[in-house]
Amino acid sequence: MKFLKNVLLLAAGLCLMFGSAKGAMAASAKDNYRTYCAQCHGMQGNGQGINVRDMDVQPRNHTDAVYMGSRSDHDLLTADKKGGLAINKSVLMPPWGDTLNDQELHAMVQYLRKLCHCQEGKQ
Amino acid sequence: MNLLKPFALWKGIAGAAVAVGILALAAPPSRAGDVSAGMGILKNSCVSCHNLTGPAPTTLKALWARKGPDLFYAGNEFRKSWLISWLQKPVRVRPAGEFYADHIKPGPVHDVVDESTLKPHMALSKEDAVKVADALMTLRAHSDLIAREHVAPGTISKTMGKMVFGKFLGCIACHRIAPDYGGLSGPELYTAGSRLQPAFMASYIRSPQAWDPKIWMPNKHVNDARIQQLVHYLQSMKGGNQP
Repeated sequence: MKFLKNVLLLAAGLCLMFGSAKGAMAASAKDNYRTYCAQCHGMQGNGQGINVRDMDVQPRNHTDAVYMGSRSDHDLLTADKKGGLAINKSVLMPPWGDTLNDQELHAMVQYLRKLCHCQEGKQ
Repeated sequence: MNLLKPFALWKGIAGAAVAVGILALAAPPSRAGDVSAGMGILKNSCVSCHNLTGPAPTTLKALWARKGPDLFYAGNEFRKSWLISWLQKPVRVRPAGEFYADHIKPGPVHDVVDESTLKPHMALSKEDAVKVADALMTLRAHSDLIAREHVAPGTISKTMGKMVFGKFLGCIACHRIAPDYGGLSGPELYTAGSRLQPAFMASYIRSPQAWDPKIWMPNKHVNDARIQQLVHYLQSMKGGNQP
């Protein structure tokens, strides 16, 4: 009986660890960036994607350590999940909350920190 | 009663004229033989790039491997008349192909489409195009999503529609509204009015992920009024240079 209880607890724990709001396996932040972000932010993360030519507001250069260092992880997460308007930025940055789950969104913030070689509040 | 007779006659003539007009505008009705022949062509020549049975990719790996648009809901997505015409004279709908990230390269200022990696779509004879269109119109996955939509007849000024599309929602970032204006990672929309069914436009805008779970178009939670405005605007986009 105790063994069965432990198995059930372990199963519940695994569900919490690997389950997600979207009910799908989390993809790596690098792969998600290539799929969803690179169209505007560029294949090198420099803000120069294929869509930029006719955009009124240019996408952020994610390799810009000075700017990216000035934004908090919370701001980056909010913009990724709810779109640019949620942090008083452009509507051209869309919300990805229905595409990426919370685990993937948090991983994306860490990936952005890798691209800019910067941390929150530091350049 | 006699006074009303001419009116009734006129109404009848007008009704018949409208019916004839609608029939003339619509694509020819399909025949069982054409559907079967068309399905044969699809299975022989198209299935290597197009998914005819579903489901849509649920992983990035599967998404990246997709070579052409899924067609298992083609009958709910496309207008038959457009299919017949396009299959005879295919013009690229997705400027950066599919999957877009496989067809881009760094340019002098920004990333550009790498045209050398894009292949032209095969063209069909008129006879085969009709058969394939007939077969495609029978592929109707997600009819439940279509049934939830109601696109009210109406008009909206093109200027307003363009504002919603461009300024309020930012769709212009990824979609072209003229052959040389707009983004490149999504399908061009300057022929959307002749290409797509209105209920499909509404449903896809409401939730791209309901149709294609991993697609790189975000769900912007567009409200009903805006969806109607956008669909009216897109329906007016029937090709040509109209920024």
